Amino acid sequence: MRPGAGGGDRERLHSAAFSANPIPSNMFERLTERLGVLFKRLTGRGKLSEDNVKEALREVRVALLEADVNLRVVKDFLKSVKEKALGAEVLNSLTPGQHFIGVVKEELTALLEGAGDKLNLPKPATVLLVGLQGSGKTTTAAKLARHYQKSQGRESLLVACDTRRPAAREQLVRLADLIKADVHPRKPFTKDAPGTAREGVKLAAAAGRELTIIDTAGRLQIDEELMVELEELEAGLKPQAVWLVVDAMTGQAALEVAAEFHRRLELDGVIVSKLDGDARGGCILSIAGGLGVPVRFVGTGERPEDLEPFRAEGLAGRILGMGDVVGLVERAREVYDEKQAARLGEKMLKGGFDLEDFREQLVAIRKMGDVNEIMAMVPGMRNLAAGTSASADGEQTEVELRRSLAVIDSMTPRERRHPNIIKGSRRRRIAAGAGVSVARVNRLLGQYRQMAKALGGMSGKRGRRRLKQLGIDPRSFDPADLAGL
Amino acid sequence: MGLREALRRTSRRLGASLGLISGPLDDETAEELTDALILADVGPGPAEELVEKLRERRLSAEKPGDPAVELARIIAARLPAQPPDYAGPAPEIHLLIGVNGSGKTTTAAKLAKRAREAGRRVLLAACDTFRAAAVEQLELWSRRVGVPLIRHAEGGDAAAVLFDALEAARSRDVDLVIADTAGRLHAKRRLMDELAKLGRVVGKALGHEHPFRSGLVLDAANGQNSLQQARAFLEIGLADEVILTKLDGSAKGGVVLAVGAQTGLPVTWIGTGEGPDDLEPFQPQRFAAALVGANPDKL
Repeated sequence: MRPGAGGGDRERLHSAAFSANPIPSNMFERLTERLGVLFKRLTGRGKLSEDNVKEALREVRVALLEADVNLRVVKDFLKSVKEKALGAEVLNSLTPGQHFIGVVKEELTALLEGAGDKLNLPKPATVLLVGLQGSGKTTTAAKLARHYQKSQGRESLLVACDTRRPAAREQLVRLADLIKADVHPRKPFTKDAPGTAREGVKLAAAAGRELTIIDTAGRLQIDEELMVELEELEAGLKPQAVWLVVDAMTGQAALEVAAEFHRRLELDGVIVSKLDGDARGGCILSIAGGLGVPVRFVGTGERPEDLEPFRAEGLAGRILGMGDVVGLVERAREVYDEKQAARLGEKMLKGGFDLEDFREQLVAIRKMGDVNEIMAMVPGMRNLAAGTSASADGEQTEVELRRSLAVIDSMTPRERRHPNIIKGSRRRRIAAGAGVSVARVNRLLGQYRQMAKALGGMSGKRGRRRLKQLGIDPRSFDPADLAGL
Repeated sequence: MGLREALRRTSRRLGASLGLISGPLDDETAEELTDALILADVGPGPAEELVEKLRERRLSAEKPGDPAVELARIIAARLPAQPPDYAGPAPEIHLLIGVNGSGKTTTAAKLAKRAREAGRRVLLAACDTFRAAAVEQLELWSRRVGVPLIRHAEGGDAAAVLFDALEAARSRDVDLVIADTAGRLHAKRRLMDELAKLGRVVGKALGHEHPFRSGLVLDAANGQNSLQQARAFLEIGLADEVILTKLDGSAKGGVVLAVGAQTGLPVTWIGTGEGPDDLEPFQPQRFAAALVGANPDKL
């Protein structure tokens, strides 16, 4: 008998779970956290000196390099950050740390905004997709066709000009069928790529297609013969746009690759694929900073709908969340009263974090202002936000928070202090009391446990190590500080 | 493309700074060397460690030798040793896993060709039932390299394909089954669970006495994310070795160092081009020498 439970590959087509977030949730997260920790450490210090800026710059350098940002771009970036951080007058209202963060923030924003650019593809248009092997050109071609069909009602003709990789044409035909787009050639062909491309453009014009997307064979930017072939293809077609598809996981080579394609073909844009993994997307900074070619789209999954226009704000916002860690700590101090904070900190250390405390946390989050903004700022809270349904929408999150509070309020004091006793019948009673489903109660308990676990990690040896990572000296540690984290 | 040629760009850059060294390593050269290693995707941390190690060696040695050879030795020492040849019962099962676009299908074909030419009875299994036309791609390859293929329809059950391949292997007296699996980004829990399940199904079907090997296919153009990839596939217990693809002139290849040193996974093969013969066994010494442009015979 066959193990029917085996490869559930089919499920993937129907599963939306992994692309629910409009912005890949872990992109830049670690960089953000790292810089957040560093800047928090920097706040306490007196003045921005050559010395402490050097240390901060070093951290930023390592973080960017580990995110695969090109070394040259990193160096330029750090240079301008340094100049601005030391050169400008520190405003009275700012701590030196805030000032430094401000500079990093500005420079990063400038870089990323340079990466985005308003895109108006004329009608009709021909788009040429180029890139290294395995970067995702064929999948992207189909995604683009679907994107323009849905967003502008443009019908596309997909043209398979990858005559090198076995079954590349079949792949494009299959994808085209999936999104109900036209494809050329339908039958296996023996023609050369330029001939097929010319035919495709002609066919598209005759059929009144407003977009012709040409998928080409993957090639190395240093493969002279194939690059010349591409130059000739471009010269003959005169496409309205030449887009380079780049794998988000690409390392230091990203800049060289893009630069060479740009030199030969004058790229109109870059599409970053596979950004739905945990790639930090450093190549976006490399290409934007090193080349100034705008990023047009990002690929966020394997299905045809998993393509989004590049938004600098989205990205910058994530990185910039780091800058606001400082602001957050301060805002948190305003809403927590000292005693409350001290008690909570104590509990975190001893591991007695119960649902009463969880409730206090939720109330504090609400008090701090725009819930959505806060959620994005706190590394630990991001999971909490992801646990709620439509967290991209601030209002929705507010509603979710209110619901969470209602669930806790429907518990008895004993249940709140001893969450472990909340079993089946209690869950049903609580759900009825709060006017929500039992599943919602379960989710809240899950979130509570997640947080308790995260905070539980603050006690003992492991906790001391974690505190150190957060830039807090465990010996002089004041539990009140924790409440702000 | 040969290995030396594939790594020429990297070795040239490294060679430029290594050529400046005669006595001990000064700060400026050390920095240049670190930068060159970072540009080769070695990663900022490992790059600094390597340079530090080289500095120490040159300080402690009475008469420091060729810096390129020294650096190559340091690098080679960090690369895990090659695993022994398969010694379990027939058929040997080789599963190829990795992220999308890393080169699993092409690698499967290259490995199959090589094994067939070495006189083995080989079978390919098209277990990537997800990607559009992945089965066709492998089918075309299978004809090109003259190795039979076991396939189902697209969208089928990957485990069932492998099951059939095992049965076919037993009845046809095949001694090597190479299975191509669907690409998956390692951060996707669900897809990783699915692969882990495939691994369990194979394990169960084979029995305890019958090990199988999974080769993690890494794109040499990928940067520091490769380490995350290796760790994630290790976490589900399904990476026994690394196969490095697209090491053909532009990729840096330095990430092998980070992956090898930090996960202990041996690198077994390197893909050096698109042709069916562009595959070489990985040899730590030769690789290290080619990376820094040292004479391999002096290592």
